[in-house]
Formats: sequence, structure tokens, C-alpha cells
Amino acid sequence: MDTRTKALDTSKALSFPYVVWLVIFILAPLVLIFVYAFTTTGSGGVTILTAENIANAFSPTYMSVFWRSVVYALLATGICLLLGYPVAYLLSRMKPRTASIVSMLFILPMWMNFLLRTYAWRALLDNNGIINQFLGSLGLEPVQFLYTGGAILFGLVYNFLPFMILPIYSVFQKMDRSCLSAAYDLGANKWQAFWKVTLPLSRGGIVSGITMVFMPAMTTFVITRLLGGGQFMMYGDLIEMQFLQMSEWNFGSALAVVMMILTIIFMYVMRKYDKEGEGAGLM
Amino acid sequence: MMGKVVSFVKRFYLAIIFIFMYLPIGALMVFSFNESKNMASWAGFSTHWYQQLFHDPVIAEALWVTISVALISSVAATLIGTLAAIGLDGFKAKTKNAVLNFTYIPMVNADIVTGISLLLLFIFFNIPRGYWTMTLAHITFSIPYVIFSVLPKMRQLDRSTYEAALDMGAKPGYAVRKVILPQITSGIVTGFILAFTMSFDDFMISFFTTQGVTQNLSIYVYSMARVGINPMINALSTIMFVVVITLLLIVNLQSLKSKPLKRPRAKSIEY
Repeated sequence: MDTRTKALDTSKALSFPYVVWLVIFILAPLVLIFVYAFTTTGSGGVTILTAENIANAFSPTYMSVFWRSVVYALLATGICLLLGYPVAYLLSRMKPRTASIVSMLFILPMWMNFLLRTYAWRALLDNNGIINQFLGSLGLEPVQFLYTGGAILFGLVYNFLPFMILPIYSVFQKMDRSCLSAAYDLGANKWQAFWKVTLPLSRGGIVSGITMVFMPAMTTFVITRLLGGGQFMMYGDLIEMQFLQMSEWNFGSALAVVMMILTIIFMYVMRKYDKEGEGAGLM
Repeated sequence: MMGKVVSFVKRFYLAIIFIFMYLPIGALMVFSFNESKNMASWAGFSTHWYQQLFHDPVIAEALWVTISVALISSVAATLIGTLAAIGLDGFKAKTKNAVLNFTYIPMVNADIVTGISLLLLFIFFNIPRGYWTMTLAHITFSIPYVIFSVLPKMRQLDRSTYEAALDMGAKPGYAVRKVILPQITSGIVTGFILAFTMSFDDFMISFFTTQGVTQNLSIYVYSMARVGINPMINALSTIMFVVVITLLLIVNLQSLKSKPLKRPRAKSIEY
């Protein structure tokens, strides 16, 4: 019996390398963000405790960037939901074989690096690009697409739409159809059945979709740089600038702390809406 | 009549979304064969961007970095993650959940935050940024995906079979290899594939943990795209996309062929 308990303990020991890894590469770096955020290097290289960086991060200048990013991310999430929900619904109504092929076609673009796809839109939306040439052939004036807020929003929706479609689709697939027939049997019309049955049952998928779109949309700097031309500073740009262009690690860390606070609030709100905890993952 | 209109609207809607998704990919592919550098007008068919691509040392280097980092990091993450999942399963629910909550951190945190937190670690310990810091970062963000692929398999497996093996006199290492591993292989494979693709495609975390010093394909594309249009990128993306489609088709055809066999297993994958 004794050797057996010992053997069981040996199997537990298999997780130790990971626990060490977790402490060094996940926990320590997070602690470092807070350390850098609340300190500054004074004269002579001494480290001084300070709340200045955090105060600065919450100053109106930087909060205006924060709120602009929130607005863009929310708009992108909303548009993705409006466009993606019907797609997921239509997919779930197809014959299983067709649905599996069509849904694979929706996943396929995600397998091409998102930088490449965004780069392609840059060429397409150019003043002399294909889309403007097409508009020209219809006798329309060329439109300035690139380097506008609309281009950023467009890029966000394009990149994150599949992340909205897939979780909702997977919830529809698992949905018990008999609930819907029961609603019809009890005299519900199409709208009532949708609002009272389909929509509530797909809530888990909607919540996962929103989670997968909002946070990445909030923090990207690639899309804003490539399609917005760096004219519209977003929160991701701000953080990237502090770290990679200005080496302001203390202030950059303070901005990251703000980002983490937002993440926690966001996750808390999402959990509340997904009480059953049946959020559907991407896989 | 009404039904026909509705079904037309449905098809039309899906078609619009499809065009939206595939337009940039199609454009990249078509213009990779364009004679001129321009991505707005067609100047005749040519494969010379492909020839240039294969003779470009910077792209070759970036491709090598991408593939080798993806391989090293996914193998390491699969090893550490699988062992972690096997070990964690033996712990009491409380300890296990505590570790798993920490494991969620890199999945929940924005990539940019994970990236800079690791950058700060490397700055703090004065580790020069480059190839190996990128690899360490990729292992870190891949492990959770492996753990969460293997753990459900561990839950389904009957732990008493492992204990029985021990009672019969098997050494723990032998029992893990002969009893546990064969039952969780599908979870390990899923975890490995996930880890590999996440690493292959990563931009954000690579960009921060190398500070742009070492370039993988994503970082290379980013630095080129900011300057302007480079038809070699079109050629490169065409090749990558065709490779991916071929791989996916092979995997899918195989799963279609073996469908009757897979049914009972497919059911047990749900978690």
C-alpha cells in the first residue's frame, strides 16, 4: 500500500515542470508589469515607488485614446454579431454534409495569416485600387477609403467575423430542435419562436463570440497602422509605441495595467450573461 | 413564390459574405502572377515573383525561423503540457483548479499584454531578445492549449486501470507509458496541432518578445507591408494558402473515409 501511494505521488510529480514554468513565464511577468507600472527610475538609477505612471495613464489625454478604442471595438463587435449571426443560423439549417463543407469554407480564410489579408485590403482599397477602378467604370467618383476611421472598422470586422460565426454556429448545432417545435405547437409565430427560444438558447455562443472579437479588436495595432495609416491612435498603438519606439517601460506597463483592469471587468460582465457557463469554444 | 424569394435572399447573403472573405485572398493570388509590381492593373502573366521569392535570403531566413520555432515550441509545449495534465489529474480538485485558473491567464489576457509581460521578464533578467526569447514565449502561450486538449481525455480515462497496473507491480513510469498514454493520444495530437498552428501564425507576441530583431514570416510581412506593395509577398501567401488547403483537404478526406469507424470515438470527444 505504501509503495502504491508513493507511485501515485510520482505521477503527480509529472506536473512539476509545468508549475515551475507557470511561475517563471506567466506569474513573474505579470508581477513585473505591476512592478514597472508603480515604479520609476530616478537620478543615479535608483528605483522609486510612484503612482505617477498610473495617474498619467488615467489622464484625459490617454483616456480619450482608451475610449476611442472602446468605441471602435464595440462597433466592430456589434457589426460582426449582426453579420455573423444570420450566417451561423443559415449554416445550421443546411444538410449536415453541405454545412460541413460550407463552414469549412468560412474557416479557410482564417488559415491565411491575418497580416497578409489586411495587406491585401490595403491594395484593394487604394485610391487607384481595384475597387475604385470598378467604381470609376460605373461613372462614380473615386472614394478615399484608406486612412479613414471607416477603413479601420472595416479591417476589424473583416478579421474577426469568423470568430463570431463559429461559436454561434457550434451552439446552433447542439441546440435541441424539439424546443422549437414545441414553441410552434404551443402557437408561437416565427418571431416569437426566435425571440423566446432560438435567441436565448444561442446566448452561450453569442457571449463567446463577443469575447473573441472585443478584446483583440481593442488591442490591435496592425490593422490601425496598415489601414488607418497611423492617423488614428488606438490603445494598441499607444502601448506598442511606449515599448518598442520610446522604451518607456514604466508608463507602458501602466497602460497594460489599465488593459488588464478592462479585461477583468469585461470577463466579469460576460460571465454574468452566460450564467449557465455553456460558452462554446472555437474548437 | 415567396419561399423562392426567401431562399434566394439567403443564398445571396451567404454569397456576399463569401466574396467579402475571399476577395483579398483572390486578389493576392491573381496578382502574384502579374508581370508588373502594380496590384491595380494586369500587365500580363509571369512567374518571376516566384523565382525572386525562392532566391530571397531574407524570406528564406524568416521562413526558417517560423518553421523551426513552431516545431521546437510545439514539441516542448506538448511534452510539458501532457505531463502537466497527467500529473494534475491526480491532485485534489482544489489544487487542480488553482493551477488551471492560472493556466487560463495567457488565454484570457490580450496578446499584447502577454507579449509585453514576457518582454519585461527578458529585459529584467537581461536576456538578449531574439530567436530564443521568441521560442520561450511560444512555448508559454502554447502549453495551455495542450493542457486543455489533454485534460478532458484524462477525465474520461478510468484512473483505477492505472492503479491496477501499479498493484500488478508495474513501475509508475511504465504504467504511465503503457496504460495512460495510449488512452490520451488523440488529445495530445490535437494539442500539438493547435500549438503548431498558433506558433506558425503568431505576430503580436513574437513582435514584442523579439523587439523586431529576429523576423518570423509575420514580422517580415508587417515590416514590408508598411513600406508598400511587394509582389513577393503575394507569391509567398499564395504558396502558403495552397499548402494549407491541401493539408486540410487531406485531413478532411481521411475523416470522411473513416467516418463509420470514427462515430463512437467522435462522440467521446465532446466535452
